[in-house]
Amino acid sequence: MDKPNFFNDFKNASYAQNILSKIRKFQNEITIMEFCGGHTHTIFKYGIREILLQNVKMRSGPGCPVCVTSNEDLAKAFVLAKTPNVILTTYGDMLSVPNEFGTLEKLKAEGFDIRTVYSTLDALKIAENNPNKKIVFFAVGFETTAPATAASILKAKEKNLKNYFVSSVLKFTIPVTIALLKSGEVKIDAVLGPGHVSTVIGSEIWNFFPQNYKIPCVISGFEPLDILQSVFLILKQIAENRCEVENEYKRAVLPQGNKIALKILNDVFEPASAFWRGFGEIPESGMKIKKEFSEFDADLVFNTKIKINEKNTACRCGEVLRGLIEPHECKIFGNPCTPENPFGPCMVSSEGSCSAFYKFNKNTILT
Amino acid sequence: MCLAVPAKILEINGQEAKVDILGIVKNISLLMIEDVQKGDFVLVHVGFALQKLSEKEAQKTIEIFKESV
Repeated sequence: MDKPNFFNDFKNASYAQNILSKIRKFQNEITIMEFCGGHTHTIFKYGIREILLQNVKMRSGPGCPVCVTSNEDLAKAFVLAKTPNVILTTYGDMLSVPNEFGTLEKLKAEGFDIRTVYSTLDALKIAENNPNKKIVFFAVGFETTAPATAASILKAKEKNLKNYFVSSVLKFTIPVTIALLKSGEVKIDAVLGPGHVSTVIGSEIWNFFPQNYKIPCVISGFEPLDILQSVFLILKQIAENRCEVENEYKRAVLPQGNKIALKILNDVFEPASAFWRGFGEIPESGMKIKKEFSEFDADLVFNTKIKINEKNTACRCGEVLRGLIEPHECKIFGNPCTPENPFGPCMVSSEGSCSAFYKFNKNTILT
Repeated sequence: MCLAVPAKILEINGQEAKVDILGIVKNISLLMIEDVQKGDFVLVHVGFALQKLSEKEAQKTIEIFKESV
């Protein structure tokens, strides 16, 4: 058997033509929601929405962790960054998200010690190298990212680090997908299942889509051909009157996921109520640090309570996240809201549909 | 945020590995995966290998891409 190339083989243009010709044999008009921001990015980058428009409509869902972080949660990061002797660390995207206090980027420019890190392991190193400072990691993400945060807490405990803390706004994905389906606001015929979340939680866990909601789900990889093939598998299921979970991303996703990562996640975090931008409070959807690790919980160690005034802005990120409108249907899209001057998080993160739409699609008005 | 990229393991030192991501060499943690060796491909996310990539499944998927109806 040939050795696969994990990069080029999944972008091959002639294979793409082949899958497309198979897709075009189906006549049914369907709407597929991609729940993962990574998929949104690939779909816009490779023009997949436009080539599918003939019969398949792709809708973006609440799959961008930066985008769904509520203003209240984001405000905690500002409070922590301004706390004396604190170095705030977080992933890069968070720095440009605007709220009523400005952005973390602007706060950093004012002289507060805010550092972007690639990994929680880097945040731990900062803690070890700065024993007289308190290092807080502002943790944003879903199940893909959460094990890395949990691992950093376990590592800090093992190393007896007393100056490393985590403020968790991490979230579980399944409760929001259920909230979206239950709301009935948006009609979805099928779901493109989140590939990298599923490397951790597995493919079997998504069985509730077909079983409870009669919606087919195909777990997809992130290369353009993965997405085209997943769309083909969805159309095939519908044509054959099947409704099940299929796994297109078998090279990375196992039925049970990654048991070690799941154990690390569940050892450190427990489900708690959380606020989502666009959705409000969703029970059991947040990852709260368990009591036995409370010494690392920045929300308990520091006073992060802050009252914010929700201003009425023209930003419609909430509706974009619920799949109710397309980015360009928002009045401020492209003018004045742009990636350089974002009014909401969906224009900040590369996984946000406004940002992806602006970058790759701004000259096309979808119908 | 959930971006994860394939990386080839160049060297393993206990729970850490040196990997090649399209020419960029990085140190990552192997804490979350088992049974990997030099030359294997893993999926890397925020400094951790999240899963070993199956070359067999990848090749099968590529063969499916080529299938006609």
